[in-house]
Amino acid sequence: MDWILANSPMIGQLTLDHVRLSIIPILVGFIVATPLGWVAHRWKWSRGILLGVVGLLYTIPSLALFMILPPLLGLSVLSEANVLIALSLYAVAIMVRSAADAFSSIEPRALRAATAVGYGEWGRFFAVELPLAGPVLLAGIRVVAVSTVSLVTVGVLVGVSSLGYFFTDGFQRRIVPEVLAGVVMTFLVALFFDGLLVLAGRWIMPWASLATADRGRVT
Amino acid sequence: MDLLRDALVWLFSAEQFQGDGSLPQRIAEHLGYTSVAVVVAIVLALPLGYFIGHTGKGHVWIVGITGGARALPSFGLILLLVLVLGVSQRQSAAILALVLLAIPPLLAGAYAGVAQIPRSVIDSARSQGMTEAQILFQVEIPLSLPLVMGGLRGAVLQVVATATLVAYVGLGGLGYDIIQGIPLRRFDQTLGAAIVVALLALVLDAAVAGASRWATPRGVLLGSFGDVRARDSSLARTR
Amino acid sequence: MKSLRKTTGLTGLALASALVFTGCAADSGSAETVVVGSQAYYSNEIIAEIYAQALEGAGYTVERQFQIGQRDAYLPELESGAVDLFPEYTGNLLQFYAPDAQATKADDVYAALESALPEGMTALAMSSATDQDSYNVTAEFAAANALESIGDLAALEGLVLGGNPELEERPYGPDGLLETYGVTVSFSGTGDVTVDALVAGELSVANVYSGDPRIAEYGLVTLADPEGLFLASNVVPIASGDWAIELASVIDPISAALTSEGLVALNLQSTKDQLSAAVIAATWLEANGF
Repeated sequence: MDWILANSPMIGQLTLDHVRLSIIPILVGFIVATPLGWVAHRWKWSRGILLGVVGLLYTIPSLALFMILPPLLGLSVLSEANVLIALSLYAVAIMVRSAADAFSSIEPRALRAATAVGYGEWGRFFAVELPLAGPVLLAGIRVVAVSTVSLVTVGVLVGVSSLGYFFTDGFQRRIVPEVLAGVVMTFLVALFFDGLLVLAGRWIMPWASLATADRGRVT
Repeated sequence: MDLLRDALVWLFSAEQFQGDGSLPQRIAEHLGYTSVAVVVAIVLALPLGYFIGHTGKGHVWIVGITGGARALPSFGLILLLVLVLGVSQRQSAAILALVLLAIPPLLAGAYAGVAQIPRSVIDSARSQGMTEAQILFQVEIPLSLPLVMGGLRGAVLQVVATATLVAYVGLGGLGYDIIQGIPLRRFDQTLGAAIVVALLALVLDAAVAGASRWATPRGVLLGSFGDVRARDSSLARTR
Repeated sequence: MKSLRKTTGLTGLALASALVFTGCAADSGSAETVVVGSQAYYSNEIIAEIYAQALEGAGYTVERQFQIGQRDAYLPELESGAVDLFPEYTGNLLQFYAPDAQATKADDVYAALESALPEGMTALAMSSATDQDSYNVTAEFAAANALESIGDLAALEGLVLGGNPELEERPYGPDGLLETYGVTVSFSGTGDVTVDALVAGELSVANVYSGDPRIAEYGLVTLADPEGLFLASNVVPIASGDWAIELASVIDPISAALTSEGLVALNLQSTKDQLSAAVIAATWLEANGF
């Protein structure tokens, strides 16, 4: 406990760094994967290819991906860009599947009704499809957020400092509270992002919480 | 691309296959940690998940626990457990960390697998006179297999990926060559080892997918749809 | 549509804050700022913090970039001037630039390092403090086998050597042991758990940095190295570009005041007393009259 109190400024600073490093992959994941998921849903032939490539990507362990990307992209192994790109790829990989399922989960009748009312293709996407796909998209992005926050810590092995610093430094110096602080703060940052996303979901899609009440019925 | 060629040269050079620290040895170590952790997790998580799914008790906190456990950083967990249990117990500590990571997807798979069965099916089984145990083994478990297998795939993937990091505490595995190569500036080695890890993960994933298709009764397969692994993200939703 | 505007607004806010965060992080110091870096090694961080506080005491603004993991990451930064000052170790750094270097004595290593360093990087005066690789055995093992120098191991069989994974490929690793001393060992890449593994009996002999306070704590015996297997590795500040001359006036006295025993004591404060680098550095500077 003394260690935690004595080092709280550093804990705070690294927590902020960790949050900063997590935001970009989560955003990129959402922005890139949602259109890709929609493509996979809209053109069924592409679904197999897209989900296959993305599934392949997801199977590569993080430390391995940190090593594979730099020669492909001409980056230094030990640069922040390397870690951010790798994490963004994971985010997209997780999210594309969710997005494809999200769009597939929309009742076709709702879409046809929208067209009947007079929406064009783009208008229908933004005003009808996206909101209806919202809850499942949100579930996907929550998984992405939590997974990203956890993976940022591995970046410390390639010189990108975050809360993961407490793992290696605490381990070197055999200070259990330090490693524990790192684990707990990472956990809290993940919960923070998750909570933020849930709140954002309730704010943007107030109708979604009403809809889930109905899902209990099956027959 | 030179680096890729160098990496492949490293990979296929004779010394990788002989002596201490050879590739086959590292692969065997890696598979060893992965299989032990997954088996222990199955033994712990599946009965619990089925119990919660069948009786409905505890279903509120299970979603929270499985979602929350995903938020634990695996790397930090390994180091923390090794510190707490002591360096001489580091193998058990690392496997414990891997088990803790494998439990949530399996638990969620078992629970969701039972929960998604229409109540009418369970009711008709009960009205036919089946005992609770019969309902569990002859109805719920077979019908839940797609989601359970999806959970198994997720668990295996998670463990294979995290097992790369146990090399940091001197436990070998494929991560060893990755970690060794960095200070030596042998990027052909790190890339080569990374490629092997990625391939191993792919092979295991395909193997589990194939095994799940084989194990699932034909009737259940016909009734399910799509890529059931995709369903995993929906389990993060809270009601 | 109310929800659509909300969505756009939220996305915009998130994007903007992301840009702000990354912008803040990318901002590097001005011309008056000295950027001091350190390795991902707590002992190195303490030395870097001492430099940083000494410079601040002399009126400079210091930006700290600590825990940069690998030489491959920070040496290019030193070369380009993104980092201005970095505490290093003569022998290990020489080996990085010239893997086949033959020098082993402290002064020879320093001279070789000076010529091996690229343009734009200067080695300031080195300290007498060393923190180098050394082979250690437990006191019981040394007593049981009458071990005093590395060569005494040659008579033993079934030895297991432990250390960082890269030791396996270093010239002073298993190959060097065989060549220089006729000692045969098998290798176990135990990394950060090396000392514990040695004490627990998993290893026969371990590579432990001479600055590690656990050598004294566990009563480990450091085997003598008469044949010069290890390069001497003294603490040496590496400066970038034109900073070298200016910084030397502040840093040279520090290097002179730092001793091997002093370094071990500093490390002990970090591991045993669990003090932060900032506190340890401040205490040391005051105690030594800076």
